[in-house]
Amino acid sequence: MLSTIATAAWSSPTIDYHALAPEMILGAGIVVLLLLDLFLSDSRKWLLTPVASFTLLGAFIPVLTLALSNSGTRQMFDGRYVIDDFSLVMKGMFLLSGYVVVLLAADYIREGDYYQGEFWFLMLSSLMGMVMMASSRDLISIFVALEFLSIPAYMLAAWRKRDSRSNEAGIKYYLLGVFASAIMLYGMSLLYGISNSTKLTEIGASLGSDVTSLRALAVFFVVIGFAFKISAVPFHTWAPDTYQGAPTPVTAFLSVASKAAGFVALVTVVYVGFPGSHAVWQPVFWILSAATMTLGNVMALKQTSIIRMLAYSSIAQGGFILMPLAVAGETGVAESALRAVVTYLIVYAATNLGVFAVVTVVARKTRSGEISSYGGLFSYAPGIATLMTIFMASLAGIPPLGGWFGKFAAFQSLVSAGTTWAYVLAIIGGVNSVVAFGYYGSILREMWMRPVPDGDTSPVPVKSSLAVALGITGIATLLLGVLPGIVIHFGDLAGLAGAFGR
Amino acid sequence: MFVNQFLVLAAVLFCIGVYGVIARKNAVLVLMSIELILNSVNINLLAFSMRNGSLDGHTFALYIIAIAAAEVGVGLAMVLLMYRNRRSIDLDELSEMKG
Repeated sequence: MLSTIATAAWSSPTIDYHALAPEMILGAGIVVLLLLDLFLSDSRKWLLTPVASFTLLGAFIPVLTLALSNSGTRQMFDGRYVIDDFSLVMKGMFLLSGYVVVLLAADYIREGDYYQGEFWFLMLSSLMGMVMMASSRDLISIFVALEFLSIPAYMLAAWRKRDSRSNEAGIKYYLLGVFASAIMLYGMSLLYGISNSTKLTEIGASLGSDVTSLRALAVFFVVIGFAFKISAVPFHTWAPDTYQGAPTPVTAFLSVASKAAGFVALVTVVYVGFPGSHAVWQPVFWILSAATMTLGNVMALKQTSIIRMLAYSSIAQGGFILMPLAVAGETGVAESALRAVVTYLIVYAATNLGVFAVVTVVARKTRSGEISSYGGLFSYAPGIATLMTIFMASLAGIPPLGGWFGKFAAFQSLVSAGTTWAYVLAIIGGVNSVVAFGYYGSILREMWMRPVPDGDTSPVPVKSSLAVALGITGIATLLLGVLPGIVIHFGDLAGLAGAFGR
Repeated sequence: MFVNQFLVLAAVLFCIGVYGVIARKNAVLVLMSIELILNSVNINLLAFSMRNGSLDGHTFALYIIAIAAAEVGVGLAMVLLMYRNRRSIDLDELSEMKG
């Protein structure tokens, strides 16, 4: 076998440099960061922050030119690395949310003296993994991208070395993450055995629509592996502790970008790899979605720490994003389900990053993470209180904000499926959206109704980088709700839908 | 080729690994159990690769070995940090945050 391969004629694959430009700019930026960190004196380390942010913005430019070039789907390496509308939208989202996280983290990292160079290096590496994930259509590249984005994230969670809480956050995240990816790999090895290929389209073709116990097991293990990444109940146990113990900007990064990357992987694997096996994954997603929404919401209701409440809120939001996937296998629903997932992910990213920007700003003044520290915020910081109200209303799904549109798209695809189970899930989702008002509303009540807890009504200082982050996320949240056409246009997604021939 | 025997070995290793991750309280032993699962995956891939006569499985296994090494590097560093801060690597003691 080896000899036949050794003597076979070999020609190098054609590489589309325009299509790879975002990855190459990111890679160059990562190398430059590492080298600069080595040679800069400590007093000039602040230079690394603009380098990191300009790398992200620079990598966003080719994403835009690719989207505008209208040349259709670009494929490389025998169709194992695909740049289509779906991957471009997700790459753009990852890069922009990475930029906002840089804005959130800039002062935190500089003031805490937390090894700036390494921090930006790891964060950009993780983003590189996400950007690669959006294009991967092969088991090996999906696995490599998943580890590429996870391993730096483990280290970022444990960033404060002397703090035992940060340790705990890192270890819990690491152990469960590695365990989940090991289980996912076992599923992938079975998939390879069944189809004799690691390419997703070939796996899809050879799995077909008949379900044997081995095929069901393989699909189940792979889905479970990614369910950890998106912190779906019952694989969510790491999320609250990790979010609470990790540095706040890292929490924002994990709850937005890392979760979105998990969804991207899940969607690619399910849509391209197992389109015919929906009898296996639809019920799994149904159960995950219902359990995730319900448990996330119930636990969020009784939290007193704002970060922990946001952790459970992000788990619950993950349940809403899973909803359309539970019906994605029904005829004619695939495309609207995909569009709903993408729309929700974008809206959720904008809103949740905004919430974390507000939390960072307020925590710089009150030095507290308790919900009660938001008492009377409106009386001394009306601008910030108003922004927080907008973000909370968007997360709760009140029109005309972005979150409302995301929920609308999710429910729409459930209704268009029209099965009994879809309606039951829609009802569970509806009840949960009402329950969610409970804890989002409790913050609004603190801000607008309660007195200031310690009587300190000096104005809240807003650093310029945080102001920019608040501006970007606030405008995005409002625009996505008022002009949802922006996302609908992104959501045509002919490329991915075409990949599985529907 | 007796592919079945390799697959059974891999399945047994996988089960031992999963049991170890769930039952063990010592962080290093949990790491070792995870390595068992990863090696069961490698055996699976190589067995399928031999049966099917394609090299994809070999390539995949090489990637897994390399990445598992990186992963364990990070994991051991974290366990070391935990030991420095707490003088213990018992996972049950990681319960500062609850609820």
